[in-house]
Amino acid sequence: MRALVGPRVAAGAGTDEPLTRLTTLCTAAVGTLPASGVGVSLMTQAGLFSLAAASDPVAESLCELQLTLGEGPCIDAWASRRPVLEPDLAVLPASRWTAYAPAALAFGVRAVFSFPLQVGAAQLGAMDVYRFSAGVLSTDALGLALAFADVTVEVLLDAQDAAVPGTAGGVLDDALDSHYVVYQAQGMTMVDLGVSLTEAMARMRAHAFAADRSLHDVARDVVHGRLRLQPDPA
Amino acid sequence: MPTVAPDRLAAVFVEIADTLVDDFDVIEFLQMITARTSELVSVPAVGLLLADSRGRLQFMAASDEATRLLELFQLQHNEGPCLDAFTTGAQVVNADLGHAASRWPAFAPRASAGGFRSVHALPLRLRTTVIGALNLFGTDAGVLEPADVKVVQALADIATIGLLQEKAIRHGEVVTEQLQHALNSRVVIEQAKGALARIHGVDVDAAFVMLRSYARNHNRKLVDLARLVVTDPAQVPGLVR
Repeated sequence: MRALVGPRVAAGAGTDEPLTRLTTLCTAAVGTLPASGVGVSLMTQAGLFSLAAASDPVAESLCELQLTLGEGPCIDAWASRRPVLEPDLAVLPASRWTAYAPAALAFGVRAVFSFPLQVGAAQLGAMDVYRFSAGVLSTDALGLALAFADVTVEVLLDAQDAAVPGTAGGVLDDALDSHYVVYQAQGMTMVDLGVSLTEAMARMRAHAFAADRSLHDVARDVVHGRLRLQPDPA
Repeated sequence: MPTVAPDRLAAVFVEIADTLVDDFDVIEFLQMITARTSELVSVPAVGLLLADSRGRLQFMAASDEATRLLELFQLQHNEGPCLDAFTTGAQVVNADLGHAASRWPAFAPRASAGGFRSVHALPLRLRTTVIGALNLFGTDAGVLEPADVKVVQALADIATIGLLQEKAIRHGEVVTEQLQHALNSRVVIEQAKGALARIHGVDVDAAFVMLRSYARNHNRKLVDLARLVVTDPAQVPGLVR
């Protein structure tokens, strides 16, 4: 899965402008899944959703619509911490998305699939996938969508630390990145640095990149007390 | 290996039914399944692994969450009885670790070094799909009798149903939604273990004991509590000092 996602995203990795990379991701996802449109919304510190990037104006409008209405798949995905998969907006129960569903249908959208952008308790936002035709996402497409969501999380984390230029290295799959020590180290680094979980993740990634080590190796050192990340001076 | 006593088994099924209510804590549910399996068939260590969206087995819960055991469970995403059960959908029963080096050259020696002599893995099946595996480690050379294997498979099947919370599954959507939520919930717990370990200057195993005790003493859900520890610690002053 990541082998399919990687090269398309690496194409955008030369720039260190996170929004550009996110837009590249959305466009790549449209072609790969396939989908009619893809949008990424972020949850800001203030607890508000904002649109970060979209593959095209329709996807952009659909994301904005949810933010305006305060309802919709990306909001549900973020709140429930699980994907929200609706293969046919035309057959929803009347009580579901009473404002969003008709508006989305008016845009010609029939299916929406929203994926929370999260790593454990760190919730960054959601990625929406739209289709103009009704129908479920195939198993392969679901896997790809989740892979795109993971890559989007990495792009967002890397964007937190300006010292790390858009790194294509972060896109390539390291099986050990989902090892439990990585998550334990995130919690530890959060306490060591006195920052949010999201920032702790970004700092770990930046440290691994700067030291040319795998995230897993850095995490093992943190968990075994051999390494403690330091707050930045000044 | 003693055959499971019917009244004990009945008690476990009642406990499971009582747990499968709306908004239950998925990790606690899976821990209960592993703990009851361990008790019912007198096996010292039982763990449950689920496959993520890339088909890689991830540790979810165990009857004993000591790190050394977590490592044995997690190791199996590359090789081992759980991977076999997951990929083939077939049960792995009564495998003698002392004679498994050619079958699992990386896993078997590590498991033996951990003091275990036998291993079993049962697939978590949903119709034709396998979503993970239930893993049992024994310290003696005793075998699981066929009747016990049936009981353990039934518990594995119940774990699957409990995970997916729906008996009539439409397409693959619910599977994905629930599995992603469960996988993410496990991550929250690991993050909280790390944070608590640092706050209290203890290792992650002790941190987990702290987290679980607090959850039980204050009647809180484990995952919800873990989330608070790492996002809003002011809500749990007794735990984060």
